[in-house]
Amino acid sequence: MAANLAGGAVLLVCLVTVALSAFALRLSRRTSDFYVAGRAVSPQRNAAAIGGEYLSAASFLGVAGLIYDQGVDALWYPIGYTVGYLVLLVLVAAPLRRSGAYTLPDFAEARLESRLVRHLCSVLVVVIGWLYLVPQLQGAGFTLRLVSGAPLWVGPVVVVLVVVLSVAAGGMRSITLVQAVQYWIKLSALAIPAGVLLAVWWGSQAPGLQVTDAWVLPGSGPTGGGHSLYRTLSLVMALALGTMGLPHVVVRYYTNPDGTGARRTTVRVLVLLGLFYVVTVVYAVLGRAYLPTPGAGVRPDTVVLRLPAEVVPGLAAEVLLAALAGGAFAAFLSTSSGLALAVTGVLNQDVVRPVLARVVPGDASEVAGFRIAAVVAVLVPVAGVGSFPEVPLAAFVTLAFVIAASTFFPLLALGVWWPRLSVQGATAGLVTGALFATAAVASTVLTDRPDGWPAALLAQPAAWIVPLVGTVMVGVSLLTPTGIPRGAARTLVRLHTPEDITG
Amino acid sequence: MSLPHEARVRVTSSRRGATAARRRPLATSLVEQTGAGELYLRGLLRAQLRLSLIVLAGLAVVLGGIPVLYAVLPAARSVQVAGVPVVWPVLAVLVYPVFVGVAAWYTRAATRVERRLSAAARER
Repeated sequence: MAANLAGGAVLLVCLVTVALSAFALRLSRRTSDFYVAGRAVSPQRNAAAIGGEYLSAASFLGVAGLIYDQGVDALWYPIGYTVGYLVLLVLVAAPLRRSGAYTLPDFAEARLESRLVRHLCSVLVVVIGWLYLVPQLQGAGFTLRLVSGAPLWVGPVVVVLVVVLSVAAGGMRSITLVQAVQYWIKLSALAIPAGVLLAVWWGSQAPGLQVTDAWVLPGSGPTGGGHSLYRTLSLVMALALGTMGLPHVVVRYYTNPDGTGARRTTVRVLVLLGLFYVVTVVYAVLGRAYLPTPGAGVRPDTVVLRLPAEVVPGLAAEVLLAALAGGAFAAFLSTSSGLALAVTGVLNQDVVRPVLARVVPGDASEVAGFRIAAVVAVLVPVAGVGSFPEVPLAAFVTLAFVIAASTFFPLLALGVWWPRLSVQGATAGLVTGALFATAAVASTVLTDRPDGWPAALLAQPAAWIVPLVGTVMVGVSLLTPTGIPRGAARTLVRLHTPEDITG
Repeated sequence: MSLPHEARVRVTSSRRGATAARRRPLATSLVEQTGAGELYLRGLLRAQLRLSLIVLAGLAVVLGGIPVLYAVLPAARSVQVAGVPVVWPVLAVLVYPVFVGVAAWYTRAATRVERRLSAAARER
């Protein structure tokens, strides 16, 4: 029975997503519709769309699971996920919109006037997007297994099918509408059951919280293993600086009407994210009351889904589980389609369209290229799902943030504020950041973690890689003044001047 | 093909344009980075960057300060209010309204800086 209700909720969310895309397909006719929603998106809806896109499996299940497992130190994860938008707001929100760039590679090319830097950024976008997609698919796998007993591979396949259908069919306009709806689905699916569970706990002869000092009191570090102060600071730094380099976030800034609109959107995003993360804490705390021991072989990430059955009896639990499973799937679908769309855009512009132009005589259809790219964008992470170990979801997405913070953050911050950034400087910085960050991420994923400084530095590398990359970019730029793009001064004017002056 | 009474016409330059130098709108000089435009832009950039750095420095001090405080002063970790360790409500709830407040303040301040530039551009 539980399987039927929860399975039905998942199915409903998938159908609604596809239906909304198909409905919006009628509205999107030109190529510009596919990419940018004709720029006709209000800040309110744009903010809900960013929230809907950003709140992934890691936020819906992972944050609560990690706080449940590790206690107060894991509260830094949602703080980091949120504060990233504040950093984005003060450093790049309006300039990014005014640059007129749609993707990060577009921005890099417009600012530095270099194809090489563009291609480097394209590779990074694809790497970050794929790395971020894997935990979404893992989450879909274990959620569907938990609610319906389906094998682990079914969840990822369902997500990929829905994502390809909606992305390839509707493009950006449908995605914007769908994402905005997804935010509200996710918030209600999380908040309403949370209210019910909290009320029952409050009103009944409830079990008390079973916690240890390490859980309640700060200082044991976000992932354990020693050097917790360094780990905490470095984690928050990676999340705060990495947000602006996430490909699916940046794309959303293009659909703002102007720079001021981009700022207003960001303020609303902070409201929506704060609302959401406050609710996740309820699950973590209640988990400590009703499920004091996680149980052998059970992922802490599932605590949100397992809680209803422990708190309320029978049908009520099934209804709540159905809501939560539906919300979780909304999270997988929205983040996955946002990432798939961003990766698709890059693949289409930099790979598929050039290849098509060579293979197909005459003018190849742009829409066909977009659809081919969409399929490629999701198939690779599906193939990779099995080869990654089971890491807590919220910790897994941190890897993508680390790479983004080590590469795109210095590029964007210096590109927006420093006129003397040269092509050589940007290239050297991007390569340095990409190499060190990938190496650190790979060593964390592939090896067992010993304690001590080397392990801490590799597990949370942002605190040393970001300053290193910044130094490389500035240093090399100062050594190669001839590499400063000729239009740099003019570009900076455009980035910082209000639209009513430049027209 | 020639018209009758086709008289010669003397072509001369009108001197009117030379008497009053054309006024260059600020928008043009902004984009071209000349004269007043460059000054205005440098002022704008500096004002905006100062706002951003104020926010970032505040964030670094507050967010970085909390874990440092607990590491340096372990007794602070178990400070309780009404039976709840105070670190929980602060990190789980209170930080978020603070973020929103800072963001709203920054947005208003940054927009005001830009509006001042727009007003200057219109006046000229």
